[in-house]
Amino acid sequence: MRNSVWRSGVAIAALATALTACGGEAPASESASVAGGAGDTIKVGILHSLSGTMAISEVTVRDAELLAIEEINASGGVLGKKLTPVVEDGASDWPTFAEKATKLIRQDKVATTFGGWTSASRKAMLPVFERSKALLWYPVQYEGLESSPYIFYTGATTNQQIIPGLDYLKEQGKKKIFLVGSDYVFPRTANKIIKAYAAANGMEILGEEYTPLGHTEYSTLTNKVVQAKPDAVFNTLNGDSNVAFFKQLNSAGVTAQEMPVLSVSVAEEEVKGIGVDNIAGHPVAWNYYQTTETPANEKFVAAFKAKYGADKVTSDPMEAGYNAVYLWAAAAKKAGTVEVEAVRKAAGGIAVERPEGLVTIDGENQHMYKTARIGVIQPDGLIKEVWNSGEPIKPDPYLKGYPWASGLSNG
Amino acid sequence: MEAFLNQLPIGLSIGAVLLLIALGLTFTFGQMGVINMAHGEFIMAGAYTAYLLQDLTGRMAVIVALPVAFLVAGLMGLILERTAIRHFYGRPLDTLLLTWGVSLVLQQLARDLFGAPNVQVQAPTWLQGGIGPLPYNRLFIFALALATVVGIWAYMNRTGQGRRMQAVMQNRQLAAVSGINTGQVDQRTFFIGSGLAGVAGVALTLIGPVGPALGTYYIVDAFLVVVAGGLGQLRGAVIAAAGLGLLNSYAEFWSDASLAKVIVFAAIVAFLQFRPQGLFVLRSRALT
Repeated sequence: MRNSVWRSGVAIAALATALTACGGEAPASESASVAGGAGDTIKVGILHSLSGTMAISEVTVRDAELLAIEEINASGGVLGKKLTPVVEDGASDWPTFAEKATKLIRQDKVATTFGGWTSASRKAMLPVFERSKALLWYPVQYEGLESSPYIFYTGATTNQQIIPGLDYLKEQGKKKIFLVGSDYVFPRTANKIIKAYAAANGMEILGEEYTPLGHTEYSTLTNKVVQAKPDAVFNTLNGDSNVAFFKQLNSAGVTAQEMPVLSVSVAEEEVKGIGVDNIAGHPVAWNYYQTTETPANEKFVAAFKAKYGADKVTSDPMEAGYNAVYLWAAAAKKAGTVEVEAVRKAAGGIAVERPEGLVTIDGENQHMYKTARIGVIQPDGLIKEVWNSGEPIKPDPYLKGYPWASGLSNG
Repeated sequence: MEAFLNQLPIGLSIGAVLLLIALGLTFTFGQMGVINMAHGEFIMAGAYTAYLLQDLTGRMAVIVALPVAFLVAGLMGLILERTAIRHFYGRPLDTLLLTWGVSLVLQQLARDLFGAPNVQVQAPTWLQGGIGPLPYNRLFIFALALATVVGIWAYMNRTGQGRRMQAVMQNRQLAAVSGINTGQVDQRTFFIGSGLAGVAGVALTLIGPVGPALGTYYIVDAFLVVVAGGLGQLRGAVIAAAGLGLLNSYAEFWSDASLAKVIVFAAIVAFLQFRPQGLFVLRSRALT
């Protein structure tokens, strides 16, 4: 294993050398510490899947990040310099993410990079950023149990989304839960946490089912769920499967009233594709909705619609991507430079009013303090908040603060 | 026990979906031997046809779109056959690469035209609800698959065009020397096969996602049905689809969706060991 990591490292380094050699313009003396800062503009990387199966979600995050860059430039830029985005396509292919990250760091010499969606893409980029001591801002809720010094996590970790979701179900008196998820790392890790929570809180798990990514045939699964008669379903399906699942669940006559399905990967954008008829009334867990009532959000929604069209919606991962750019800019301003180590040191404790409310960077694990919000999908396709955690929750990616979760982080 | 019994109609309805997506392939792959990887994108074209018609017809789009999608997907197939595939007849591997490239281009085209996120096609209100474990929209797909099979059977056996199509498939040279314009028959076969994909696409809007990647979710299953049923065999496709549907339904019931896929693939591999040409074999005197 070590050996193969070392070998792929050599391969990437060789590739990077080749790329730099091809570029040929950057003077050799320019050191990594002034990366992106030379001249009167600052280059920043944006690395999302613009093609392939993940494009459906990631394109909207790119749009939000570009909007943030545009706004920051309009108000004078960072440290008196304008930001120039360098956009690359990760193509829904994890090795491509690592390759494009290397290109952004070595060839474009970007000051920082905003990117990724799936945990697989983040895991692929992580060694590249750590080795080059470059910064990545990752904007999506994820399964936790990670804390890289060169990644800032602007989406929720499990104790800011999944655990509040479970708290909500418990409050509603839902004791028998059925787990449905896509078959990969995020749902399986999330369900491990859910099962530990259930055992400690007197909840019963009636079933646990996984389907491959892209699965579209849910009649058998629906039959299983209906026969088990759970009080609620906890849904960690990802991507297009959600459309098939909710369509088929709805046509099987399952109503949100008798069996609510709590989703953690269905936001405003997905509701449109699923069809609001099929999902209205079901709850979701996030940290931000288009309807969240803050002054910053009013501005964000208006700006986004003005730039991309009145029919566009804003969602949690988009907002987290939008925030990432602002948080990095704030850290750079505080540090007085875009140099990576200085920005990292300055970032801890930065608190900014964002569309989701107050967001504070935890200097220790580089996650954010975020307010958890449970919402219910409305007949107009938007999501109305029905519950929130009252205050921003301290990020706890390894769930150290939860006695029932001991033993999860090493497995 | 109730859950167990429910799986029977569920399996048959999965079979109906499989049959519907595979029927087009029994023409293009089964009759003509063209491995058309873009078949899934013709299904997608059918689904988007229903989406576009929605503005004109509202909730009736799914019904109105059936004939329109047949024409749209059929014409796309015809264009593909005329401009590209006909130059590759008899070169299956080249055709495979060519049509795979075409499928990628069509997916990106859909993404540019309609956007990357899924779109919604509203089902007619009278398709809401159901009997027992089967929703009305599943019964609708069942009926549609049945009607399509009857239609194809009548066309193949009761019309001159259909008989000529069979003649070309069974012995191309002999059909040609008998005065049949085989090129024209090829065009027509490809048109119908692609058109049927469009019809399937409309039906799938009732139960699945409508997005640029739609075709990729169904293409492998469609090939499985045709291969297991025997190339060009309508009867084989019907039985194979029903069998695979039931196998899928019970395998998933007793294990889970991921394992069910493995079981179905393993069963097909084992089956092809005994019957390499599928359930039904075309007996022909052609020298091949």
